[in-house]
Amino acid sequence: MLILECPCCGVTGEETEFHAGGEAHLKRHSVGSTDDQFEEYLFMRENPRGVHLERWRHNNGCGKWFHAARCTMTLEVFGTYPAQTYEPPQEIKDAISAKRPGWSWRNFS
Amino acid sequence: MKRYSAFAVAREALRHHTGWERAWRSPEPKAKYDVIIVGAGGHGLATAYYLGKNFGITNVAVIEKGWLGGGNTGRNTTIIRSNYLQDPSAAIYEKSRSLYETLSQDLNYNVMFSPRGVLMLAQTQHEIRGYKRTAHANALQGVPTEWIEPGKVKEICPIIELNGPRYPVLGGLWQARGGTARHDAVAWGYARACSDMGMDIIQKCEVTGVRTEGGKVVGVDTTKGAIECDKLGGVVAGHSSVLAEMAGFRLPMESVALQALVSEPIKPAMDIVVMANTVHGYLSQSDKGEMVIGGGTDGYNNYTQRGSFHHVEETVRALIETFPMLSRLKMLRQWGGIVDVTGDRSPMLTKTPVEGMFMNCGWGTGGFKAIPGSGWAMAELMAKGESPLTEEFSMWRFKEGKFIDESVAAGVAH
Repeated sequence: MLILECPCCGVTGEETEFHAGGEAHLKRHSVGSTDDQFEEYLFMRENPRGVHLERWRHNNGCGKWFHAARCTMTLEVFGTYPAQTYEPPQEIKDAISAKRPGWSWRNFS
Repeated sequence: MKRYSAFAVAREALRHHTGWERAWRSPEPKAKYDVIIVGAGGHGLATAYYLGKNFGITNVAVIEKGWLGGGNTGRNTTIIRSNYLQDPSAAIYEKSRSLYETLSQDLNYNVMFSPRGVLMLAQTQHEIRGYKRTAHANALQGVPTEWIEPGKVKEICPIIELNGPRYPVLGGLWQARGGTARHDAVAWGYARACSDMGMDIIQKCEVTGVRTEGGKVVGVDTTKGAIECDKLGGVVAGHSSVLAEMAGFRLPMESVALQALVSEPIKPAMDIVVMANTVHGYLSQSDKGEMVIGGGTDGYNNYTQRGSFHHVEETVRALIETFPMLSRLKMLRQWGGIVDVTGDRSPMLTKTPVEGMFMNCGWGTGGFKAIPGSGWAMAELMAKGESPLTEEFSMWRFKEGKFIDESVAAGVAH
């Protein structure tokens, strides 16, 4: 069972307290975008075997959304961070690099 | 290949079973094949089999990183049905179900197809409307299904509790010609038939790269060296995104864990398959007597082949309301598989941005039932470049918005 720490309220809980919300850092294309951009936003996914950045919601807690860095091969959680950002903060990147040297996810590494 | 028959059993019984052959060869890879199929699960082996049987293409290798049928083929709950809402789905699943009927004879291998009937319970008003709609759609598609009332449900499934406190049984969608089959035997039977046609099934050989030249596939790199090919078929279920990345493109797909469990074996109690989509559970009894129970998927991406514990609890908690007798059973074992889920919950049998490379994936939580039909259609697509069964299942349908939306018909369990 995954154990996550909500960066919004600071509570550490089991995964039943949270709700998985899919891939993080998606660009939400809107009116005036091309078919390619909509496909990218709505359907295309990294789906990596390894380091993944994703959204979670603290459903049975503060109710806020946040981001998590996790490994899909080992289910190891490298860290969580607030959702109001376009890229993971440096300390999260460092935490991943410590465990997975040379990792990359989309343009981040 | 020596044929299996009653005579062969009698002959071997008289000589201490010393004359049985290996069911398939374990060759080293050749330098080049006409077609390479990546993934020796049910879908991959069926694709190879129908390439040989229907199109005479037998210079084929099926490459598998683990062991044959060790992925989702050996991990599913073996349900076979074709009561889908959308026409393209009904066409390929019904093709598959009809191929299952004669598969044992075709392969000379007993896949233990048991057309015991599949019942999908309606436990909310929405489901009543949804399943009645599906029954009408099936009538137009030529797929025999019917809507049945609660009294009939109780008659064909006596262990059911119709008046559960949260989710009473309000009726069901009944497909009498659906059922189950022995999942391992399907993979083994196809493997034996492929090997007999001269195809090479290469196990414990992981693909590490896809070689392309000028946008066209020319081979693969593997842990047993480079192998050239003219055409490449990727049939790797939960690892499709990984294979696609090697070839330089992405898929509209995510991989999640789906799990199942079996109870201790008991005497025959239920001779049909029951699916309860509102409570995310489905149930049948195996020939060994175990109650085989499938659950829902986890919400997050996962490649570990194991699911969350709380999903087992949720599945069983919901099922014992409708099947109170299950509460007395012990769980024997539980396992998970990695399923490839697309945006509209329908599969992709498709050409790719790489010329000569094809993908057969996205079967998600319900691929076992589709194995023969999927192989049949994929073989046609790879041999001829098009197939009436795969036309609607292109990977580009998401860009065009031409979804095959089965979420109403299938719910989570399918």
